[in-house]
Amino acid sequence: MRLFPVAYAKEGNAMLKRLAASIREYKKKSILTPILVSVEVIMECLIPFIIATLVTEVEGKSHAGFTYWVFERVLGQTLPAGSSLPVIVFYGCLLVVMAGISLLFGTLAGMTGADASCGFAKNLRHDLFAKVQTFSFSNVDRFSSASLVTRLTTDVANVQMAYMMLIRVAVRCPFMLIFSMVMAFVMGGKMALIFVAVVPFLGVVLFSIIHKVMPLFRRVFRKYDRLNESIEENVRGMRVVKSFVREDYEREKFDAAASDVKNDFTRAEKILALNGPTMQLCLNTVMIFTLLFGSYLIIDTAGVAFNVGKLSALLTYGFQILFSLMMVSVVFVTITMSLESARRISEVLVEKPAIQSPKEPLLSMKDGSVVFEGVSFRYSEKAEKNALENINLHIQSGETVGILGGTGTSKTTLIQLISRLYDATEGRVLVGGEDVRSYDVTFLRDSVAVVLQKNLLFSGTIKENLRWGNPLATDEELIEACKMAEAHEFVSSFPQGYDTYIEQGGSNVSGGQKQRLCIARALLKKPKILILDDSTSAVDTKTDAMIRFALKTYMPETTKIIIAQRVASVMDADKILWMDGGKIAYMGTHEELLASSSEYREIYESQCKVD
Amino acid sequence: MNKKQTKKGTIARLLSLLFGFYPVLLPVVIALIITTAAVGAMPSLFMNRVIDLIDGALRNGTPYAEVAPAIIQVVLVLVCLYAVSLTASFFQNRLMAVITQGFLYKLRKKMFDGMQSLPIRYFDTHKSGDIMSYYTNDIDTLRQMVSQSFPQLLISAVTLLTVFSIMVYFCLWLALLVVVGVILMTVLARKVGGGSAKYFVRQQAAIGKTEGFVQEMMNGQKVVKVFCHEKESIADFDAINDALYEDSRRAHRYANILMPLLNNIGNIIYALVAIVGGILLVTGARNVSLSGMAISIAVIVPFLNMTKQFSGNVSQVSQQINSIVMAMAGAGRIFALLDEKPETDEGYVTLVNAREENGVLVETAERTGIYAWKHPHREEGTVTYTRLQGDVRLFDVDFGYTPEKTVLHNVDVYAKPGQKVAFVGATGAGKTTITNLINRFYDIADGKIRYDGININKIKKADLRRSLGIVLQETNLFTGTVLDNIRYGRLDATREECIAAAHLAGADDFITRLPEGYETVLRQNGANLSQGQRQLIAIARAAVAAPPVMILDEATSSIDTRTEALVQRGMDNLMKGRTVFVIAHRLSTVRNSNVIMVLEKGHIIERGDHESLLAEKGKYYQLYTGAFELE
Repeated sequence: MRLFPVAYAKEGNAMLKRLAASIREYKKKSILTPILVSVEVIMECLIPFIIATLVTEVEGKSHAGFTYWVFERVLGQTLPAGSSLPVIVFYGCLLVVMAGISLLFGTLAGMTGADASCGFAKNLRHDLFAKVQTFSFSNVDRFSSASLVTRLTTDVANVQMAYMMLIRVAVRCPFMLIFSMVMAFVMGGKMALIFVAVVPFLGVVLFSIIHKVMPLFRRVFRKYDRLNESIEENVRGMRVVKSFVREDYEREKFDAAASDVKNDFTRAEKILALNGPTMQLCLNTVMIFTLLFGSYLIIDTAGVAFNVGKLSALLTYGFQILFSLMMVSVVFVTITMSLESARRISEVLVEKPAIQSPKEPLLSMKDGSVVFEGVSFRYSEKAEKNALENINLHIQSGETVGILGGTGTSKTTLIQLISRLYDATEGRVLVGGEDVRSYDVTFLRDSVAVVLQKNLLFSGTIKENLRWGNPLATDEELIEACKMAEAHEFVSSFPQGYDTYIEQGGSNVSGGQKQRLCIARALLKKPKILILDDSTSAVDTKTDAMIRFALKTYMPETTKIIIAQRVASVMDADKILWMDGGKIAYMGTHEELLASSSEYREIYESQCKVD
Repeated sequence: MNKKQTKKGTIARLLSLLFGFYPVLLPVVIALIITTAAVGAMPSLFMNRVIDLIDGALRNGTPYAEVAPAIIQVVLVLVCLYAVSLTASFFQNRLMAVITQGFLYKLRKKMFDGMQSLPIRYFDTHKSGDIMSYYTNDIDTLRQMVSQSFPQLLISAVTLLTVFSIMVYFCLWLALLVVVGVILMTVLARKVGGGSAKYFVRQQAAIGKTEGFVQEMMNGQKVVKVFCHEKESIADFDAINDALYEDSRRAHRYANILMPLLNNIGNIIYALVAIVGGILLVTGARNVSLSGMAISIAVIVPFLNMTKQFSGNVSQVSQQINSIVMAMAGAGRIFALLDEKPETDEGYVTLVNAREENGVLVETAERTGIYAWKHPHREEGTVTYTRLQGDVRLFDVDFGYTPEKTVLHNVDVYAKPGQKVAFVGATGAGKTTITNLINRFYDIADGKIRYDGININKIKKADLRRSLGIVLQETNLFTGTVLDNIRYGRLDATREECIAAAHLAGADDFITRLPEGYETVLRQNGANLSQGQRQLIAIARAAVAAPPVMILDEATSSIDTRTEALVQRGMDNLMKGRTVFVIAHRLSTVRNSNVIMVLEKGHIIERGDHESLLAEKGKYYQLYTGAFELE
């Protein structure tokens, strides 16, 4: 495996650009951070130089050129021969000031770096979330909700980490490496050639280790994820495990998977374990070389070309150079590892919403009539079968239509085309005499209210939930809608009434109550067309009938389309559709269907005849 | 026990666990670490010798050739030491990889193995997300601890000790200066580190909140679309997102500051040592040291290097503190899991395959389809065999999940062999609780349960459960092929038997239409199947086990009425000759039961067959005619 496959790099460039668009207001701090870091690094690299000079002074053989310059040119004093207190104190103070500057800039860089990377992550999360809000149903189907959650949390966190590294460490280390190298040559002259040999050696070893280890880690991380998934399965399915007395079987299964993970991890980490000793070998080599040849050079030139202070500084630079190289490899790994997360994030960001409003959208609707003209639909191009096959249907405004049929017969698919939750693959759907694709999407969906089968209340008060239907609804309107949906009675019975807090997923109200609140929420839209997708399955038959009666009485203009399991829910509709295999198998009134469809009769008898 | 003691206990336990897993290897690694660290701290001594030689040569004007042998000798000793240290480091690093991964593996296994024997109560009272985090987050903190913090602490301790001794050997005054500086460094590190820890905790909470919100919104994305609620939900998200930004920004600021702070304080100490050393040298002050050396350039230069080493190690340790604190918390939670009391089992009656010989039951090894309870009587020293028939009776049973709250009151149930017994009632009426008692997921508080006349407490739990098949409303499938999932019911079932079971459950039809048929791999609890299809597989899984008694807890709730009619035929076959307990919302499912019990608030309020209950015109009648809403 290559570290950067060529094709990947090109695609990666576009991808990084897309992500970088989320930096926005944190651009300033993102640029400032590396600058601040550079000052810190410069100071850190100068400190050993000053120390070397100081040591030379302490050694007392001769003054460094820099000392002459400061004391004779700048301060206008004559220097005594040999060591002297003022010189030492001067250098000491200089050192403290430099460390202070380095501290100041390092601290500032730490702060701006934190702000920039956290801000970048914040914007990324915002962009992702906002993007998902533009998704249509078919986009949502493509990404599972769990994967979207991971992208918004874990993946963004990975990118944030890499970004912080990028603006701080990824600047610091190469800079440190180069600057220290320069300083090493300035101080050590030919002695610094040792680094020309050692640095490439360490570089090659480090990067071959990475090269070897990264694919291993990628693989084992996938295995590790799967191991954790299987633990989760076990925990969730504990009742099944215990019922079938499969504890030992589960233990064996786990042991096999866990030891596989262990072996792979160990193999990878054993290779990685070469890092430390290699680094140490390089440091040791530098030390020995410096001592051997340094001592020769000092004695041979009587301390002119080289001296003890420089020797000490050279060792410090050596450490900084090798350490920086090591860090560069760490940065490289972190950033490469985060590319996968970056890819998953940009996958969401580039997803095109499948449904958008036309350029000049219609913002009015004549009536609530619905027409299907030769409509066929498939969920994806890859799907083998059409979910809907050549549907022709006319529903007049104000009619009540019932839809029955087994699971998988595309009842839900049919109604989702009306409010353009999906677009028809062939043919067209007309609402109020106009193609649904000519309306403004928001306007269309406000006019066509759908109570989904998989419906949800959100954490918040009942009032807040109801106002999803209409944010401006008055309390009276809320009560009115709840009365129609037969929800007012039980809501009033709660101690906090309409201010009762609904837990996540509506877990503190019963299934029937939840369904009735969802209907009330949809009624608040005052829609031209109301679609109930199996929305009263948990409501008792009497209440169900009362809701239907209320809808008929108080919303006569509204077209009502009801998908149901119970024949009783649709018996009195103007039209009943019997769906089978993505087609309308039968259509007619209750009496007509009793006569024409044996399936309908069978179901009717099994459900509605009390002996 | 106070907090500090617990922490100490946790460390001690962690160490003893580690030693227990690697009684030989671990001391070897520790010895290697000490060798590496001690040798690594010594070069200053050699540097001192070499500089001393150089200094002497310069002062006396000796040519290099004369000093060379002495210098080379010193360097050679150093090379040897390096060789030792390198070898030690090489093996230590490799062994550490083995130990870390091995430790994690053994710990995981210990946790998982222990978890399998925990009672269902544990899983009912702990969120699966919390349990998972022991295996992921907490284990991760321990990995960090074992692979990095422990060795780093050891290395730093040895290095600090060695370096400090050498410092004192060279010059006491400078050594004291370094110590004072380092104390200051530690104090600051704790302050900044504390601030960082505080905000990291807050960041964690903010992440949790964001995750919760995102999860809710992503799950409800289609509802958001239907109500055109996009703008509002973005605004809500932004508020939470901004709060997260604030906390994480603070946390990272502190964390980012720590490094430059420690580094530069290190630099300042370094500078101070240079100044003070220089002053001491220039003024010719009297040195106090173990070696009795006078202050010279050969003392100061290595001393400067040691100062760097010293402060470097202290800052290394400071950076480990955060991860050590986190690891201790993680270890505490893991130990709590390990300390959970396993399910107890005093049962001694076992389930065996049997064969009838001349009207007498004889135990056999092979599957005969006939089972018997093997009941040893210790006092008489005899063994009796009772044929398993599926006669389950509950007499006057009371039960509560907690002692304060009784959820079942005086429940009597008599299920004769081959009968279908149904429970009907609202959520929380106690239907599932009754089945939990029959398979002893929970134990009754009062009353008795008899299985074929045997007290179920005397039956080994594994055998009791083997004799009962369960299909639950919430279907749990495991990662693996469809076939693997069906075979979960009986591990030695052949492919043909599994397919036959799928036929029986009415699942064969859709399975053969899956891309790979029975070999289709299911992931994430069969995410690509509908709830109804999952239930069909679960029914097939129970069918292949073919236990004598079945419990169907809302087993067909997600199968539409038409498919259910198809499944019903298979289910009828499955139930033939078996005692079956059925829990269902849909009354059409329970209509043909021999006995239907209507439960309300833990009491059985009506019992009888369909016709007699309808004639009674009570609760069942109301439910059946739809005049009453369940849940």
